[in-house]
Amino acid sequence: MSRELYTRSNVWVENTLSNAREQAADRGYDDFLIVDVDAHHYENRAWADIVPFMEDGPMKEWAHAQVYRGSTGGASMNASAALTGVQIGNQEVGGRIVRAGRNFKDAVTEADDERHHDVVRMLWAMDNMGVDYTVMFPTPMLNLGMHPQIEAEVSLARAYNRWLTQVLLPQDDRIKTMIYLPFNDPKAALEFVEEFGALDSVVGFMVTSVRNRMVHHNDYAPVYSAIQDLGKPLAFHAAYNWNEPNLAQLNKFISIHALGFTTSNMVHLTNWIINGLPERFPDLDVLWIESGLAWIPFMMQRLDNEYMMRTSEAPLLKKLPSEYMRDMYFSTQPMELHHNEKALEVTFEMMDAPNRLLFSSDYPHWDYDLPSTIYDRPTLSEEDKRKILGGNAQRLFKLPDGVRKKLARATDW
Amino acid sequence: MTTGTPTVQATKRVHVGSEAEFEEGSRKIVEVDGKRVGVFKYRGKYRAYLNVCLHQGGPVCEGKYFPRTTAEVNDGGELIKEGSDFDSAHLVCPWHGWEYDLATGEHVADSSYALKKYTVTIEDGDVYVQQ
Repeated sequence: MSRELYTRSNVWVENTLSNAREQAADRGYDDFLIVDVDAHHYENRAWADIVPFMEDGPMKEWAHAQVYRGSTGGASMNASAALTGVQIGNQEVGGRIVRAGRNFKDAVTEADDERHHDVVRMLWAMDNMGVDYTVMFPTPMLNLGMHPQIEAEVSLARAYNRWLTQVLLPQDDRIKTMIYLPFNDPKAALEFVEEFGALDSVVGFMVTSVRNRMVHHNDYAPVYSAIQDLGKPLAFHAAYNWNEPNLAQLNKFISIHALGFTTSNMVHLTNWIINGLPERFPDLDVLWIESGLAWIPFMMQRLDNEYMMRTSEAPLLKKLPSEYMRDMYFSTQPMELHHNEKALEVTFEMMDAPNRLLFSSDYPHWDYDLPSTIYDRPTLSEEDKRKILGGNAQRLFKLPDGVRKKLARATDW
Repeated sequence: MTTGTPTVQATKRVHVGSEAEFEEGSRKIVEVDGKRVGVFKYRGKYRAYLNVCLHQGGPVCEGKYFPRTTAEVNDGGELIKEGSDFDSAHLVCPWHGWEYDLATGEHVADSSYALKKYTVTIEDGDVYVQQ
């Protein structure tokens, strides 16, 4: 067989989300609210814009030097590697996956639109998928929890949060964020809660789970108290760290991705419950992002079984670990969908999905989910689908009523 | 209850192009009964699939071709190397990477997933597709 076959495989894709738009129309997404609690932009394209928001000092000098290191085009992308670290990976499976927002023709940069590119891109994806509100998160910055210089996480995150809340989010009230907390510095994390917590565009706070800090340490008590007082949720956003000693023996991206995104949240959730944080901060809503669903019944069974034998090791608990988990919130993506309908049904029941599960796409990352991953589940009622797709998040984030008729706005590029 | 002659749903035949336009490995996306369909020429034969991936509905017919990835193990059970079988083309959905055998439309890991096929006919050097 001629290898020319493969050179003919590049086709121009007019709109990578046109099939998503058809799904949205077929399923009537214009008729009810859809909230995406986890989607991303690529802030690494914008370091030249973000660095000016840094406070004066050696960290700003460092970041400035990375951005303007004698380079002209692509300065921000080049700087990103030095600022946030390079994550080893094979997200696109050797080029098989074509991700809008990355591999896609950059027509949006040529568009006659005064809004920031990331706002335009996000709204385009939301309209095509049928989403009313999206919670926007950064991408490479999710690795900053492993930065050996604690002040690097603090100073970059502070600048990013100021840029995000002062420049991007005021451009459209459909895009929200959960503020990146520099969790390796609890005092700075508290300052962030105080600086950004009252903004309408801030619907909560986010800790990237890739780090080696114990969430139950007393240093965090003031942070949790402050967040609890605000009445906004705290989220742990999973990721993978291929340098984690135990996980470093995994030789394929499929392996580190499958385990890394679950184990990072498993560790924090275990510490959270066993050390009685739900009892110490009973009004603090906690949300676990991007670990899929299969880990939830696993954790419930595992922790309950151990707790029954070793109750004295968790003296603050007044009920089973699984019961605390049923009080927590979880995002959907990446849902395990392969021949799993029965397992999903059991999972939904165990975790009280109709009241605790929140739809998330993770768009435009490679394993993103569409709203149909929830809407097409045969075991969920129409009412429960709508709660998972939007109602639960609307309640948690105190979002206003009103569906946006988003499909009419959906465009090709 | 209404009476009358039962109607047979006529499937519309769509002109895809002339055979001369189709090089080995080329494809066209056409609309058939309101749905987008990918028409491929592979190993000298025409195949047509609905442009909807069985995973999440992605535009699979707009994906790239990749050779089948192979692994070679010797008699002693040692992994010698991984490679590519260029004689076995996979059509890969650009959304999430689900891989289908271009010749059959079946998912390469689980043949219970198969892309919806359309019928291709050739008449006087022209290529047509219908449901």
